[in-house]
Amino acid sequence: MVGPKETSPRSFQLYRTVILLILALPTFAWAALGGDEGSVQADQARMGASVRITRTATHAVHELQTPGGQVIREYVSPSGTVFGVAWQGASKPDLKQLLGNHFEEVQQAMQRRGVRRGPLVINEPGVVFEMGGHMRAFAGRAYLPQLMPSGVQADAIR
Amino acid sequence: MRLMLSGFIALALLGTLMFAFGCGGVSSGGSGTVPTGGGGAQNSVPLSVDGGPAGIGGIYPDAAFANVTVCVPGTNNCQAIDHVLVDTGSYGLRILKSALTLPLAQESHLVECAQFVSFFTWGPVMMADVKMGGEVASNVPLQVIGDTDTGFPNIPAACQNSSPGGAADTLQTLGANGLLGVGSFIQDCGPACATSTAPGFYYSCPTATTCAGTTVPLAQQVPNPVAMFATDNNGVVIQLPAIASDSGQATAAGTMVFGIGTQSNNALGSATVFQVDQFGDFTTMYNGQSYPGSFLDSGSNGIFFLTTALTGMPDCGGGNTGFYCPAATTSFATTTQGTTGTSEPVAFKAANVNLLFSGNNTAFNDLTGDNPSCFVNTTTTAPCFDWGLPFFFGRNVFTAIAGRNTPAGPGPYWAY
Repeated sequence: MVGPKETSPRSFQLYRTVILLILALPTFAWAALGGDEGSVQADQARMGASVRITRTATHAVHELQTPGGQVIREYVSPSGTVFGVAWQGASKPDLKQLLGNHFEEVQQAMQRRGVRRGPLVINEPGVVFEMGGHMRAFAGRAYLPQLMPSGVQADAIR
Repeated sequence: MRLMLSGFIALALLGTLMFAFGCGGVSSGGSGTVPTGGGGAQNSVPLSVDGGPAGIGGIYPDAAFANVTVCVPGTNNCQAIDHVLVDTGSYGLRILKSALTLPLAQESHLVECAQFVSFFTWGPVMMADVKMGGEVASNVPLQVIGDTDTGFPNIPAACQNSSPGGAADTLQTLGANGLLGVGSFIQDCGPACATSTAPGFYYSCPTATTCAGTTVPLAQQVPNPVAMFATDNNGVVIQLPAIASDSGQATAAGTMVFGIGTQSNNALGSATVFQVDQFGDFTTMYNGQSYPGSFLDSGSNGIFFLTTALTGMPDCGGGNTGFYCPAATTSFATTTQGTTGTSEPVAFKAANVNLLFSGNNTAFNDLTGDNPSCFVNTTTTAPCFDWGLPFFFGRNVFTAIAGRNTPAGPGPYWAY
């Protein structure tokens, strides 16, 4: 495994981090998955994405379009919690941003994987993470089974 | 080293001799003759399904490997790399730094974070002549991958954050000495990276620890080396024998032929052509439903299709989570369909993967698992069929490169 490392000049990194922290202060929320509706705005700001919101009887869908051509949909429950995310694109999105605290949970689950080389399916008690496709056409989704609003099936997250 | 050819053993000895005289690397001597893959035509190399190279810490099932020779451009200073995974699901050649002794030069200051579904590879883009069989791609970019040993130890956060699976940059995590991406596209990233840094593939690192995202013109991106051959550069044919037993086979040997309809050994013949969409996908029909976003991928080590709910196949659980473990081997009937409507039935079996993996076999035509989240289009994630290496056994599978002419018209397409 590769540990966390820095890149670019330290001063620039620090400068950028401070700026982003200031931007994020109003919400105190970085993570989309499991975060509140404000965390979607944090994702949108961090990714420089445009957003379109649609609301159904059971939940809201915030669709983000990133400058890199990725489409990310975040699913928000009536109580204001992001219970699912889905994405498509020619490259993969910032999954640490989208998964938040659950990124490490998925990392740990992946280390227990066997010899499968292909699409990813991680079924942990707290989070489901799936990714498929191939180079130049990636897609995936993640959701929190315990936080799904009543009347919403996992199939809705796509 | 068991896949190394006798010619290369002699060359390695020569290289050792020259090393003794102060020359680094391995020289192929002065004849200029390119060693062929052995026993095959000038436009082909042998394929081996043998569980992977020694030292990976286990068996890598259903993985097809080839030898690739890389050289310092324009010289006979060459090295043969064995056990490079043949992957029609990616584009471009990547070689582990730990497997490479050749002194290659970096392309500008380019370092790449190449994204795969379950991992990334990080390392500099280097220039080399790439030789397979009698084919040569002269002075083309490839990626040298590794963690700290490539001279670029600081992996950008954006690269790491793309993949909870982390880097595949060691023999153990890659399961191979390299990846040979011979799919339908010419570049690994393509137009998106020529106009924007947002995909996060390419970085400019003027020093070992100072990297910033950069755009890269198509011609300087890491290419499918087959597209860079002087001849036979419109695609590949992967030929693997049928597997007779439902419990698999110890090993399997086949051939990768370069070119489609360019020589007597790569004619389409009666193969059906399946056009693919702009993303490199087609449709598979099963049980009355259409599953767009499906694709052929020799680098997937199973037929990964749909879900336990849609197939009735139980998950194996434990260390084989994601593979199917039916109580008895089960047959499936599907139809694959190209974007212009051509279609052919495809039947296959799903065996109990816990049983398949209980022995030492490495080649299986009935190794399957689930695939709930595919790229269907830019706004839809849904289940599909990833036709991995089991699909390739018993077939000649043609992969035509986008924009290249063939007797059946231009790629991209598959034919079988």
